[in-house]
Amino acid sequence: MCGIVGLFLKDQSLAPQLGNMLTDMLITMTDRGPDSAGIAIYGAETDGKTKITVQSPTPDTDFVGLADELGKSLGSMVGQTDNDTHTVLEVPAGQFEAARAALAEIRSSVRIMSRGDSLEIYKEVGLPKDVADRFNLSGMSGTHGIGHTRMATESAVTTMGAHPFNTGSDQCLVHNGSLSNHNSLRRKLRREGVVIQTENDTEVGAAYLTWKMMNGATLGEALESSIDDLDGFFTFVVGTKDGFGVVRDPIACKPAVMAETDQYVAFGSEYRALVNLPGIEDARVWEPEPSTVYFWSHNNSPTTHEKAA
Amino acid sequence: MQTYDLEADGLRGLNSSLQAQSAETNQTNWEIVNPKGSHAIAVGLDAPIEVTVKGSTGYYCAGMNQQATIKVEGSVGPGVAENMMSGQVIVDGDASQYAGATGHGGLLVIKGNASSRCGISMKGIDIVVHGNIGHMSAFMAQAGNLVVCGDAGDALGDSLYEARLFVRGAVKSLGADCIEKEMRPEHLDILKDLLARAGSDAKPEEFKRYGSARQLYNFDVDNSAAY
Repeated sequence: MCGIVGLFLKDQSLAPQLGNMLTDMLITMTDRGPDSAGIAIYGAETDGKTKITVQSPTPDTDFVGLADELGKSLGSMVGQTDNDTHTVLEVPAGQFEAARAALAEIRSSVRIMSRGDSLEIYKEVGLPKDVADRFNLSGMSGTHGIGHTRMATESAVTTMGAHPFNTGSDQCLVHNGSLSNHNSLRRKLRREGVVIQTENDTEVGAAYLTWKMMNGATLGEALESSIDDLDGFFTFVVGTKDGFGVVRDPIACKPAVMAETDQYVAFGSEYRALVNLPGIEDARVWEPEPSTVYFWSHNNSPTTHEKAA
Repeated sequence: MQTYDLEADGLRGLNSSLQAQSAETNQTNWEIVNPKGSHAIAVGLDAPIEVTVKGSTGYYCAGMNQQATIKVEGSVGPGVAENMMSGQVIVDGDASQYAGATGHGGLLVIKGNASSRCGISMKGIDIVVHGNIGHMSAFMAQAGNLVVCGDAGDALGDSLYEARLFVRGAVKSLGADCIEKEMRPEHLDILKDLLARAGSDAKPEEFKRYGSARQLYNFDVDNSAAY
């Protein structure tokens, strides 16, 4: 199984409530995925900075003085905001690769959850309610976000196996289904230089999209080609800095419901996840078609950033 | 009229109350409020009662129905009226995957669209969809009638047995062993009756009939090496 929820705000006056709405949706999907949960949220950005969200199994020791040490390695100021087992490090834009190398040196036990201008990813093993509580997800604000409740099939129940996955700046992906050609594709993508951290099938799906976009495809084009190149079952929901997309495989046995109003576009594995959204009674509710790419952007035309992201 | 608040009083209480009704009951009208997309609403009923669900449901609404008339004032999730034996299920909105799957009898009416695998393995149920249906509908359908007032998706009637398929709009593609067949007077009679019972004003003459070419499921001595 697995449960997916997503919320893309058209009306930014709802931004302070994004975390609250998404958390309610996430917890409703507990039956579909009680073993881990995660959320990707696109929040505030700081000019000239890149956010790196990292996780540690021992935050009490790992996070002490981390920004200072990383700052010394990079020769610049680094910000740090701790949140339970995760902390968000703000490094100067363009220094992500240097920071990744430095973190491997100074804190080999921390794992990178995400990087981007506005993206933060929080995920852990446990019931969705407990995961939401430990990070206070309901208090977060943002322009759009994606959540996932996991019932593992293809790899171990670990923090790194939880969704969402981030394989490129400000990109994230969640998945319901199972990919059957992930091993061969992982080898191919690693040879192409894409960093893949786990043996999880979904991370390969995310890395595939990143690789396509590294080579000039738009997100829409990358999603289109995923229908041909990925073998298996999938309903994907993806996020970029500006937008939010959905695609299902041609068989489309993994469920999906969408709702749109003047204020938002919402995704749920089941309608249950959407019932408490404002104005849902009058929303346009539909099931996304198989082999069809859906995408919403805060920018009406795709930006060069989105194309290069 | 009995009103049941699903959010307040829970699913088990609802289904056990509805399943406890007999042909002699005087509680013949039930209204379910606050369904909120819940699963397995009004399943396994076996009495001539009328149940109205005030809102949208999740998986398997009205499954295994016998005798009852169940109306949903909203949309339904996957597997509505799965394995229905008799009675009626009427959905005002859309239906998700495998609506009416494996149904043996009764009438399922979907006033909106149905998605993929509508009527998969149907065994005698009648299904009338006012809108469109998705891909792989009526896969391995054995008996009964599937009436589609709109369009049908890919691979309609793949590996079909003896169910009759009637489509008014376009068929994206036919599945293996499914072919268009002539519409004879008895088929127009069946359609007229079903459309009337389903509250559709579509004309029987506007439909095309599809059925099995009977090449796939019959023993053929020329293919004996393949069996």
